[in-house]
Amino acid sequence: MENRDITILAIESSCDETAAAVVQNGRTVLSNVISTQIATHTLYGGVVPEIASRKHMENINQVIEAALLEAGKTLEEIDAVAVTYGPGLVGALLVGVAEAKAIAYAAEKPLVGVHHIEGHIAANYIEHPELEPPFLCLVVSGGHTHLVVVKDYDQFEIIGRTRDDAAGEAFDKVARSIGLGYPGGPKIDRAAKEGNPKAIAFPHARIDGSPYDFSFSGLKSAVLNYLNHARMMGEEVKPEDLAASFQSAVVDVLVEHAIRGAKEYGFKQLAMAGGVASNSALRSRMQEACKKAGITLYYPSPVFCTDNAAMIGAAGYYEFCKGARSGWDLNAVPSLKLGER
Amino acid sequence: MKILGIESAAMVAGAALLENDRIIAEYTVNLKQTHSQTLLPMIDEIIRVTGIDKKELDAIAVSAGPGSYTGLRIGSATAKGLGLALKKPVVSVPTLAAMAYQCYGSGREVSPIMDARRGQVYTALYRFGADGTMITEEEPQVILMEEWMKKLEERGGQILFTGDGIPVFGERILQVLPGSLLAPAHMNRERAASVASLGALLYQEGKTETAAEHLPVYLRKPQAEREREERAAQQNG
Repeated sequence: MENRDITILAIESSCDETAAAVVQNGRTVLSNVISTQIATHTLYGGVVPEIASRKHMENINQVIEAALLEAGKTLEEIDAVAVTYGPGLVGALLVGVAEAKAIAYAAEKPLVGVHHIEGHIAANYIEHPELEPPFLCLVVSGGHTHLVVVKDYDQFEIIGRTRDDAAGEAFDKVARSIGLGYPGGPKIDRAAKEGNPKAIAFPHARIDGSPYDFSFSGLKSAVLNYLNHARMMGEEVKPEDLAASFQSAVVDVLVEHAIRGAKEYGFKQLAMAGGVASNSALRSRMQEACKKAGITLYYPSPVFCTDNAAMIGAAGYYEFCKGARSGWDLNAVPSLKLGER
Repeated sequence: MKILGIESAAMVAGAALLENDRIIAEYTVNLKQTHSQTLLPMIDEIIRVTGIDKKELDAIAVSAGPGSYTGLRIGSATAKGLGLALKKPVVSVPTLAAMAYQCYGSGREVSPIMDARRGQVYTALYRFGADGTMITEEEPQVILMEEWMKKLEERGGQILFTGDGIPVFGERILQVLPGSLLAPAHMNRERAASVASLGALLYQEGKTETAAEHLPVYLRKPQAEREREERAAQQNG
């Protein structure tokens, strides 16, 4: 059989971005359209699930049509439709799943359900043609904090996970408490650049017997306690110092766990994925640590770190090639586990 | 003319295919299963058993609300996806109107009542004119059932009630509005056939939307939005 291009139409609606993309052979992005709802949810200080679901309905056809148009592809030229079916907000996921199923059905194309985190990991393939499994991947976003051994394109072993808050969640909560607003990640990142990361010593949680697990709720409480105490004593707190010190404590733990994992599992390739992988302090500190340890670090451009459909098209391609197909009864699975189908 | 009707606004999931003046296939289930898992397989079955090419469809008619927010989105997103891929328009059929249309020709006014919880219903009031035209007397709304019954009592006339509000409010209806009729099993829930049939009428009247334009009609704002507006109203005094 001759080699021919495989073109995937991908749809993502698991949280507050409505996204569609056309991806060729898992690595070439022909289009990547994202309609973000951040401005709406900012009014509420965080994502409101019902509003997110309604916004997806308003935008989804336009986003898909724009992705096809930009890629210069018709549905007839698509080989399969890939869609995020979990984890995420169930109402939000259902919009993308119902839409993708109907499109695949009407266009008579195979349907491939994709795990959202598998998508985030696969985002690394888009700009790094040399990157192939196996490697270690640190997945850090608003909903997830995982240290994952990527054994193959469709095989994963989670060696570390958060016991409580996701890293991005901690950013959001701390940002809110110091009045920086939503979304917290970019706001803290910006403020921290003006602050002293050593101004305040915050705790670094380590979990006995689970060297790769994370915990951020203690750190979050420590920040809130620090703020309350300072307010009671009438001391002035410099938000920039607090942001820098908090961020530094998060980054310390993420870098330490990832590097230790890479060394102990013998990986020379480390990747980062998810929204928090855009954090500038995390990128520079991880780069430094990798250089010292002789590890090559990969991470996607910010547009592929945030929720997007190109990453679902990348993961969907490899699942499609391995023969994964979903039925017309595909459902949204809000707590879908990585590596399960 | 071939119209696919889709119904998933409440507990019923269904699909029906209308060809000109008849329904050539219909599938209805009223089980505690997620519409996400049942709806498209039903549509697939209907297309398969009729042997019709999907491309021959003239429009997708969907029961567009009010109803369960999630149910409505599954139906509407399915219609939007089919419309996008087949390049066909969507007909947005009011769920309550499609329910009343099952009682075509009734000499009584028809009030479909859908349980909206906390004593509320989604409802409307329809009657059939001498030529059979269905006329909307009261637009779809969300209202306390007690208030709705008071309103109907003031209007006078005997009403035929239908919908999943019957098991919740049926007894009370017969107390407050004696002489009312409660529709029997074959016509007291949403039906995709009725969505297709009323959808065909709307299609012929040119009342279609593009798949991109189509949105469900929730009748209620999200709770967070209502609360935010209330807070803003209080602050503005």
